[in-house]
Amino acid sequence: MADDNKTFELSIITPDRTFYEGEASMVEFNTTEGQIGVYKNHIPMTVIVKPGVLTITGDEVLKAALHSGFVQILQDKVTILAEIIEWPNEIDKARAEAAKDRAEKLIAEHASTTDIVRAETALQRAVARISVLK
Amino acid sequence: MASMRDIKRRKGSIQSTQQITKAMKLVSTVKLQRSKQHALNSKAYFSYMYNTVHEMLAKAGTINHPYVTGNDSAKKAVIVISGNRGLAGGYNSNVVKLITRGELKKEELVMYTVGKKGREAFNRYGYELAEDYSEMIEAPDYVDAMRLCATILNRYRAGEIGEIYLAYTAFKNTVSHVPTLMKLLPVDHDSEAVVDAEDKVPMNFEPAEEEALELIIPKYVASIIYGAMIESVASENGARMQAMDSATSNAEEMIDKLTLQYNRARQGSITQELTEIIAGAQAIS
Repeated sequence: MADDNKTFELSIITPDRTFYEGEASMVEFNTTEGQIGVYKNHIPMTVIVKPGVLTITGDEVLKAALHSGFVQILQDKVTILAEIIEWPNEIDKARAEAAKDRAEKLIAEHASTTDIVRAETALQRAVARISVLK
Repeated sequence: MASMRDIKRRKGSIQSTQQITKAMKLVSTVKLQRSKQHALNSKAYFSYMYNTVHEMLAKAGTINHPYVTGNDSAKKAVIVISGNRGLAGGYNSNVVKLITRGELKKEELVMYTVGKKGREAFNRYGYELAEDYSEMIEAPDYVDAMRLCATILNRYRAGEIGEIYLAYTAFKNTVSHVPTLMKLLPVDHDSEAVVDAEDKVPMNFEPAEEEALELIIPKYVASIIYGAMIESVASENGARMQAMDSATSNAEEMIDKLTLQYNRARQGSITQELTEIIAGAQAIS
């Protein structure tokens, strides 16, 4: 069967709204196991999101900062349950830069009182925000 | 028969009460519209989350993880979502009744309250209270739910709490709100989901199931708590709207009755005056 139709259904839902719904030919994001890109007919899989850039390739290429959640991949449908996700126009660049500096400082100092995992997540989040804006 | 002046005063006071209930009804109607929309927007996320987790557990079969197997602690945490304000019919007391009717033993419970009214009630009945999160219900925020969830899960992992329950008011539609008690952890996987799951394609997990569960369950719990908060807010406004609507129509009824009484009294006093005048005139002639 020649399958010209290379798009799959993509829906991104957050606790407060449906963030995105539509057809896409590829979606890329960062997971606990590394960056992945998903095309149509991917094997069914559930993955956990790590802060990073989400790229949706459909009629046009959309970018968003995806911070936490998980993704359920089926052959013809991908559902992203995002706890925190932002479009570029929702990001405050100055705040992200400040958060990045703060997190970097915390990690560099490596004081025993700092929660390193938390600081690292904060850093990843800030980096994701900044790279979406670029 | 009460004097005209008394009736008039009474009528006036009822009228001003009616104005208040009418205004409250209007306010809660507007709030209901907003919170209902909010609840609808969020529903997709929660039902998806709920289904995914239950499907996952059903497929995974026996996962040996504290979130599924539980721990030895006899303590049970109950998150109770009620309102901060009264005048909402049975809204607050119905949620409280879920707990006090006694399916769960009072001595084993520790209450995490969201909403002042619930907290006051449990304090009165002598339940053990944990932190108060009443300010959350004013404007539910996902970050708040995550915070509450983190606190409770920490205690669960530390073995201080054996089970986690959630009591809230589910919002079915504008007129029907159902007080609901649900068990959050350890997660029960029902046999129904297992049957469903067998029909579906096998799911892979990355990272492996147990690790994935470790990461997904906190999200699951937080989202259920958040969903419950939003639905409770919608239910509260709905309940208040109904209560205020019936208060307004009751006031209307009382006013009608008093108006009738007042008119009778007025008529009576006119008749009496007339008889007196006629009697006086006859006496003179």
